[in-house]
Amino acid sequence: MSAHALILAGAGGERAWRLQDYAARGGYGALRRIIAEKTPPEAIIAELKTSGLRGRGGAGFPTGLKWSFMPYAFPGDKYLVCNSDEGEPGTFKDRDILRCNPHAVIEGMIIGAWVMGCTRGYNYIHGEIFEIYQRFEEALEEARAAGLLGRNILGSDFSFELFAHHGYGAYICGEETALLESLEGKKGQPRFKPPFPASYGLYGKPTTINNTETFASVPFILKMGGEAFLDLGKPNNGGTKIFSISGHVRHPGNYELNLGTPFPELLAMAGGMRAGRKLKAVIPGGSSAPVLPASVIMDCTLDFDAISKAGSMLGSGAVIVMDETTCMVRALERLSYFYHEESCGQCTPCREGTGWLYRVVRRIERGLGKPGDLDLLHSVAGNISGRTICALGDAAAGPVQSFVKHFADEFAYHIENKKCLVPPLVQEAGSQIYM
Amino acid sequence: MLEIEIDGKTIQAPDGSTVMDAAALAGIYIPHFCYHKKLSIAASCRMCLVQVEKAPKPLPACATPVTNGMRVWTHSEAAVKAQKGVMEFLLINHPLDCPVCDQGGECQLQDLAVGYGGAHSRYREEKRVWINKDLGPLVASDASRCINCTRCVRFTAEIGGLMELGQAFRGDHAEIMTFMGRALDSELSGNVIDLCPVGALTSKPFRFSARTWELSRRRSVSPHDSLGANLIVQTKHDVVRRVLPFNNERLNECWLTDKDRFSYEALASEQRLTLPMMCERDTWHTVSWQIALEFIASALQSITREQGGQALGALASPHATIEELHLLQKLMRGLGSENIDFRLRQRDFRGDAVRGGAPWLGMSVVDIHDLHSLLVIGSFLRKDAPLLAQKVRHSAYRHGLRVSAVGPNAEDWRMPVAARALVAPSAMVAALAAVAAALAEETGRTVTERLARRLPAAADISGEARAVAQSLASGEKNAVWLGNFAVQHPRAAELHLWAQEIARLSGAALGFIGEAANSTGGYLVGAVPGEGGLDARAMIESPRRAYLLFGAEPDLDFADGAATVATLARAQLVVAASAFDSPALRQAADVLLPIAPFTETPGTFVNCIGEAQSFNAVARSRGEVRPGWKVLRVLGNFLELPGFDHEDFESVRDEALAGGIPARLDNAIGDVPEANAPVPRAGCLQRIADVPIHFADPLARRAPSLQKTADAAPPAARMPAAMLAELGVNAGDRVRVRGSGAVELHAVADEGVAPGCVRIAAAHAATVALGPMHGDLSVERI
Amino acid sequence: MLSQESLRQIDREIAKYPPGRQQSAIMSALRIAQVEKGWLPKEVIEFVADYLSMPPIAAYEVATFYNMYDLRPVGRHKITVCTNLPCALSGGVYAAEYLKKRLGIDFDETTPDGKFTLKEGECMGACGDAPVLLHNNHRMCGFMTTEKIDQLLAELERQ
Repeated sequence: MSAHALILAGAGGERAWRLQDYAARGGYGALRRIIAEKTPPEAIIAELKTSGLRGRGGAGFPTGLKWSFMPYAFPGDKYLVCNSDEGEPGTFKDRDILRCNPHAVIEGMIIGAWVMGCTRGYNYIHGEIFEIYQRFEEALEEARAAGLLGRNILGSDFSFELFAHHGYGAYICGEETALLESLEGKKGQPRFKPPFPASYGLYGKPTTINNTETFASVPFILKMGGEAFLDLGKPNNGGTKIFSISGHVRHPGNYELNLGTPFPELLAMAGGMRAGRKLKAVIPGGSSAPVLPASVIMDCTLDFDAISKAGSMLGSGAVIVMDETTCMVRALERLSYFYHEESCGQCTPCREGTGWLYRVVRRIERGLGKPGDLDLLHSVAGNISGRTICALGDAAAGPVQSFVKHFADEFAYHIENKKCLVPPLVQEAGSQIYM
Repeated sequence: MLEIEIDGKTIQAPDGSTVMDAAALAGIYIPHFCYHKKLSIAASCRMCLVQVEKAPKPLPACATPVTNGMRVWTHSEAAVKAQKGVMEFLLINHPLDCPVCDQGGECQLQDLAVGYGGAHSRYREEKRVWINKDLGPLVASDASRCINCTRCVRFTAEIGGLMELGQAFRGDHAEIMTFMGRALDSELSGNVIDLCPVGALTSKPFRFSARTWELSRRRSVSPHDSLGANLIVQTKHDVVRRVLPFNNERLNECWLTDKDRFSYEALASEQRLTLPMMCERDTWHTVSWQIALEFIASALQSITREQGGQALGALASPHATIEELHLLQKLMRGLGSENIDFRLRQRDFRGDAVRGGAPWLGMSVVDIHDLHSLLVIGSFLRKDAPLLAQKVRHSAYRHGLRVSAVGPNAEDWRMPVAARALVAPSAMVAALAAVAAALAEETGRTVTERLARRLPAAADISGEARAVAQSLASGEKNAVWLGNFAVQHPRAAELHLWAQEIARLSGAALGFIGEAANSTGGYLVGAVPGEGGLDARAMIESPRRAYLLFGAEPDLDFADGAATVATLARAQLVVAASAFDSPALRQAADVLLPIAPFTETPGTFVNCIGEAQSFNAVARSRGEVRPGWKVLRVLGNFLELPGFDHEDFESVRDEALAGGIPARLDNAIGDVPEANAPVPRAGCLQRIADVPIHFADPLARRAPSLQKTADAAPPAARMPAAMLAELGVNAGDRVRVRGSGAVELHAVADEGVAPGCVRIAAAHAATVALGPMHGDLSVERI
Repeated sequence: MLSQESLRQIDREIAKYPPGRQQSAIMSALRIAQVEKGWLPKEVIEFVADYLSMPPIAAYEVATFYNMYDLRPVGRHKITVCTNLPCALSGGVYAAEYLKKRLGIDFDETTPDGKFTLKEGECMGACGDAPVLLHNNHRMCGFMTTEKIDQLLAELERQ
């Protein structure tokens, strides 16, 4: 009951990503109907609001509301941007959407352009997935050739140009204003808000940015109706969501589930814990979400509100599973290293603070911890949190705070005994070594 | 207006204000580093975090817009906690080298650390170290002190017009640098020193020469370009150690050109003239002031007795003070001579007879902000008037000012130029006539009758001229400026006349950029020939028996340095009052009088907007150096002339400017007949002579650090690549250039030079032999 | 400085953006230049900056900000291994150690024959396929057991 794949449904085979196959699955039907019926933008926004669709990139902002912010009557260029710069550790759903069903994203963007009066759009694709970028370029060519993109779409007077932009290795560009800067050919350093992109976005023009999965959901909502989509999930948490599950499970991968599915069901779908080990902790929404111990997560349903209530966040739906062999100090060191490396360097607390956090955690991991280090970590993380231009500061502070909070004993053991509470490295079948 | 409450104070703030703006209005200081009133908002240092009612997080005051009824606390517990947190982060990687840091005592980080920093550091990890950069001769880098506020980066892009500095790499590897370690190459680069809130960018010439708290601060006025930037001159033991801007929103704001800032180094030059000297039988020896002045007085008296005042000539630098220029002209007229001029690089004086008044910018500097369209005629705008150029740039980028240009040069002004007619000097009058014709078509207005017959046929109006006209016609607030090249042009009066016509047709203000600190002031005090008098050119072309040379170098400050030196050398008596000694002066003069540079004398400059700005001496004179006005006053006494009894410089100034200023500023010109345009000689190129920024006056020429910049590179023969090809010359080849004499220079390809022309800088020893700044040159490969 | 083919590709990227916004193509242009040259010498960065009418330091900012650009020469085959948490939980660190042993080099080093450079990477957005590595930035290899690493190295050796 809880698995009702929409975006990933039927999108398995070699050719399933092609326009022809997508159309055979009913693709571009929603767009054709909108153009034929000249559906008013307000009606589509109303449908999205009904559906309870919330942004799939991590923040969970209601999509219908976001689209209503765009000044439709604004003269001149307005831009629509898809954020496929997926790089938060644990998240790998957009890659699969673009690999298996790029036309769903394209159709969602064209509909978005129709709704918001956008003239031009870009899909910003993560640097490390060049093959996916090339495939998306091909999909765009197919759509252009079929009259679905460009001037006078499907013979109407509606025109919309869509292009792919390739990133080249900067996690921060997943932040929407950093992404805009990057699209303008600059370093991806986030902008201070206000002004928000809806009034001052790409090239200073009104711009809306949504996640890949959000756009991909739109055609399905318009096909099945907002109510039906909402009913798949929970109130205020409508529809399906793709969960990327990684770490110590038997079958890591993407699973499209109804929002509100209990966590144990996802765990079971992923084949359960590897080697029959015990679950220790889960990061439920990408590496920046606070970690939850097994006891907490096993009682959670997977939706924005429930995870938030449990003290973490659903984020992008990236579920990182850690078993009893995981050293939480080492796990935190890896994450802290990541945020230190990916800080853009613009604002002081993040630029200076992420390095400080990483160095202290590394010291503890190496058995050089000192009494007072945990208080120091807590204090430094607190001085970053809420003081930065963008959310990367919070993202870097969150794991430190939650790891130290939930696994204080393990950190204290490291500091006192200069070694790990759990066995350091476990040799496994097939010459794999796990943390 | 919006109402906001900050720290319990109710403040009315204009719409669009930030919390920082509103706090400033109420005199509330919010700590900050990256924020600067003249730069775009980065909101990145986070030092200005404040508590705002209903906001869940502290917000940066610099970037948070004021909303009506907003309540803000800048020093609440929450705000101070955030500020202290930021301060700790800024300090963890900052070296503890304050005792050897030039910024010490005027360091924003040091000051704020006292208020917001802890007594000890909690940071026990390794500190970051950056390698210092070589940013050129003016700006020193101590990279590890950098707090990445990016003020310097924003300055180069937003004020300097070209992003020369960047923040490369990311995270805590982020580092401020130039591309490939290049030197800063901007005539405004020194401003990054003032902007840097820490000691990461400091003055290279000033490095380790004094602690800032040992310095006395005295106000002064820049003696260089026509703007008259306001200065703070800092001295230690009566020696000038450093020059900083004095904020003046009407003129330089908080900026200085590098010349304004670093020319003080010349004050310590070994070429400083410190004792009066006389040449007898080819031997120079020092004399007392008494002997020198007695000799001069008796010689002048005997010459005027024999031949009248007409036998004398006075040539003064346009960088001389109002007081000096006034007493010099008074002295000359007292001796019965009308032969006085300060326009030493000018060739065409036909305008003198029909001039409305003293030429000036024709508008205030602040008004540049609101201009819609500006035509610049014959100007090396960016280097001749860097801060005026900066205002134009700012207005072009921020407010859409359309800049157009007519002239033989198209070098990079670091601003968008909407239309440009790149024409040879000989074609400039025709080019302006074409612009006027196109404007008349565009606006439906008619050209003044006496000029109408000189208009080109419609078919002969170039596309460029039309584009310039369109740019002017489409704006309401317009200006037409004549630059130094136009003023020094052999047909300057006609250029002036056509510029006036273009201004009339487009409803524009007509203005002169002005060459030097007293280019407007010199006219006001009458340092120009009167009835029957000789102008600067005529005084050289019709040799006089005796000359008074005041503050000018004969080889470098004249339209034809070679001819000037030759003429002066043949004169019976040349008295040169100068702050510096030089071989050319010794060749030309018989008496050298050591007069004070601007730092050692009180004085006044009337700048391009007609503002008289007086200043006092800021340092003790060296040796027997005397203020120029006192020398002239005493000489007047020796000559027993009436009216040389001033007690102080103020009384000289008041006498000099008694006629008032505003009423005498007038750029109007009456009719000037069409000159016969000289036909360029076959096989020759027309010379375009710029006066390089750091060779333009005796002080700049002798400032060692300025002389190490790219702007002080030796002159080259710059030609379009097609011209080089025609001559069979490769870029970089040595060429022989012949004018009235010959010199050898490197050839450089430069598409910013009009076809048929070669650009060779004047005011440089390497090109003096060429003779006039205008005219035909032959160029051949060696 | 760059081949006609590279310039053609850059021109195609420029055409994606509105007139006057050619700076938006800097990331692609640097990528295309790097593919041709193997890495990005400063002269190439300056050429690309000039081509797009942007200040060279602005292009350098971009080249140093995004970590897939190589500002120093690398081997013919650059292998970037992800060692971030999700990959590390599934053998990413082990894969990296195995590669170091096989190639006899550490991260950020190049084999003496100039064939291989090893880099530590950050999240590539493919955690489900861990261990994950990238070959020359543009080819992603997933589920990299030691056997598959051996296969890959053998294939690259042959090239």
